[in-house]
Amino acid sequence: MAVTDPISEGRLQAPFGQTILRVIATFGSIAVTMLGLLFVTFVIGRIMPIDPVLAIVGERAPQATYDAVYFDLGLDKPVIVQFGYYIWDVLQGDFGDSLLNARPVSEDIARVFPATLELATLGILFGILIGTPLGVLSAVHQGSWIDQIVRFVALIGYSMPIFWLGLMGLLIFYGLLGWVGGPGRLDIFFEDIVPTRTGMILIDSAISGHWDVFRNAFSHIILPASLLGYYSLAYISRMTRSFMLEQLSSEYILTARVKGLSERQVIWGHAFKNIRVQLVTVMALSYANLLEGSVLTEIIFSWPGIGSYVTTALLSADMNAVLGGTVVIGLIFVCLNVLSDLLYRIFDPRSK
Amino acid sequence: MSEQTLLNWLLTDEPTSRRHARLTRFYQGWLALRANTLAMLGLSILIVLTLMAILAPVLAPHDPFVQNLGNRLQPLGSTDHLLGTDSLGRDILSRLIYGSRITLYIVALVALIAPIAGLLVGTVSGYAGGWVDVILMRITDVFLAFPRLVLALAFVAVLGAGIENAVIAISLTAWPPYARIARAETLTIRSSDYISAIRLQGAKPLRIITKHIWPLCMSSLIVRVTLDMAGIILAAAGLGFLGLGAQPPSPEWGAMISEGRRFILDSWWVATIPGLAIFTVSLAFNLLGDGLRDVLDPKSRGQ
Repeated sequence: MAVTDPISEGRLQAPFGQTILRVIATFGSIAVTMLGLLFVTFVIGRIMPIDPVLAIVGERAPQATYDAVYFDLGLDKPVIVQFGYYIWDVLQGDFGDSLLNARPVSEDIARVFPATLELATLGILFGILIGTPLGVLSAVHQGSWIDQIVRFVALIGYSMPIFWLGLMGLLIFYGLLGWVGGPGRLDIFFEDIVPTRTGMILIDSAISGHWDVFRNAFSHIILPASLLGYYSLAYISRMTRSFMLEQLSSEYILTARVKGLSERQVIWGHAFKNIRVQLVTVMALSYANLLEGSVLTEIIFSWPGIGSYVTTALLSADMNAVLGGTVVIGLIFVCLNVLSDLLYRIFDPRSK
Repeated sequence: MSEQTLLNWLLTDEPTSRRHARLTRFYQGWLALRANTLAMLGLSILIVLTLMAILAPVLAPHDPFVQNLGNRLQPLGSTDHLLGTDSLGRDILSRLIYGSRITLYIVALVALIAPIAGLLVGTVSGYAGGWVDVILMRITDVFLAFPRLVLALAFVAVLGAGIENAVIAISLTAWPPYARIARAETLTIRSSDYISAIRLQGAKPLRIITKHIWPLCMSSLIVRVTLDMAGIILAAAGLGFLGLGAQPPSPEWGAMISEGRRFILDSWWVATIPGLAIFTVSLAFNLLGDGLRDVLDPKSRGQ
């Protein structure tokens, strides 16, 4: 992860000056990581075999036009200056124009991102709401058949190609059983009814009171979201299990049992209470991973999110769009990592 | 040497030479692993896969590339085509068998490149310390900060589609965790007494790193590699599925799924069967990896 282990850095009652220093160091390390991330995408953009000028002016442009665009793109400047321009552009949210539709990439990303956000959020909810209790159950009944089943379910989640699972889901629940909607976000005759506000159809349709649209959107999102959620479920349940096992074997739990507390109180009131911070960290991490897992899922389900956007751009060699999407996903990834780390530091007294 | 004396020799507590000690440890590890049914299941699947790849020309009933449009999309269990045929009339079973070669090829290459790169970076970083450590670990962090598949996508976009480029892209995204592990191991080993003793004898850093630190990093790296293999297979299949890995008519499993995707509702087996193959192999690596971790990683033993 991007940030150093909070425990190894933890000190007892750091004085105020040190706290400031640590905050500065944390932000410094975030900044350096992000700078490195931009450097990688910059290098990728530089070494690609496509001439960016030719991609804009076309092959038959006269030399004067070519030169004008060449200077316009700043390609005559030293590489380090170009990198500076690049950072400046990205900081302003400018990823260049898409070669396909000549619109700014940032606008495109802003348009497709809510779809991914909606899918990933529903997915993580699914993962948390089912994965956490499963993990607790598995730890409490360590070694029993319940434990075996939960671990097996997680293991399968780790081993299954996500795009294949999506296909199988479509085949069974849409093709054979007809329980859910097919690929896409809505059936064709429900499209363009609801005015776009947040870009998330479930929320937009609920706000404007179009419950028929809401139901249709729900029937479309439920399958990809739950399959995506299955992956975070695998991770969350595994981590919950090992956190719980650690707590359940400690002495204060023994004390609580000796005192005669009910098993329910021991598990939820004591052991689970102590793993909440660690769990939040895990959840933030798996949320970040979901954004990535959504790339393949979106393609299977024709979901118009950032994953579909990047892969479509990739197949048509639209590098501005690819790199823009990569930067956005990378930045969100870093932010979630940092956030999970900060949550850990703020809420876990042991790390102070 | 009779069998009993060989066993005694292998199980002795007082090895007589370095090689003897290594062999006894190896044998005891094997005994522990052998007791783990699931790990053995994983291992057998992988052995079968390897045999399948080696013996592909013998095992495959048909040529995996020969098209027969009059015979397209035959269902499972049809005569002469046990697993049916795809949209170009090619025998799916034969393609599956030949596809195991590609899977093993990718896995083997990534399993060589990524851990070695990580080992180099990690041990140098941990042993040298100071600003070398800071710079190398920052670079590692940057690569860790990228979501793996997306970074691999961007790399393949630049390098061009193909198996070799997919291997490079996956390796580029896979090395940072190894560097982290190797660095952590190096840091604990570096300050131990026997390293000081070797240094007093006049050993140079290169010798210390290659002869005394690398061997001790091995077991944790092996565990990590085995557990990573599943992810690597899934990533390679994902790239193949997107059309960025192996190119047609190559019988790569991910690409086969992508091909069968168009007929999923009518001819479900075309996409289903390669997916089952990917799932089985990555499950096998996960099972074996879990077992190896129990044997090789004493820290997680007891849990």
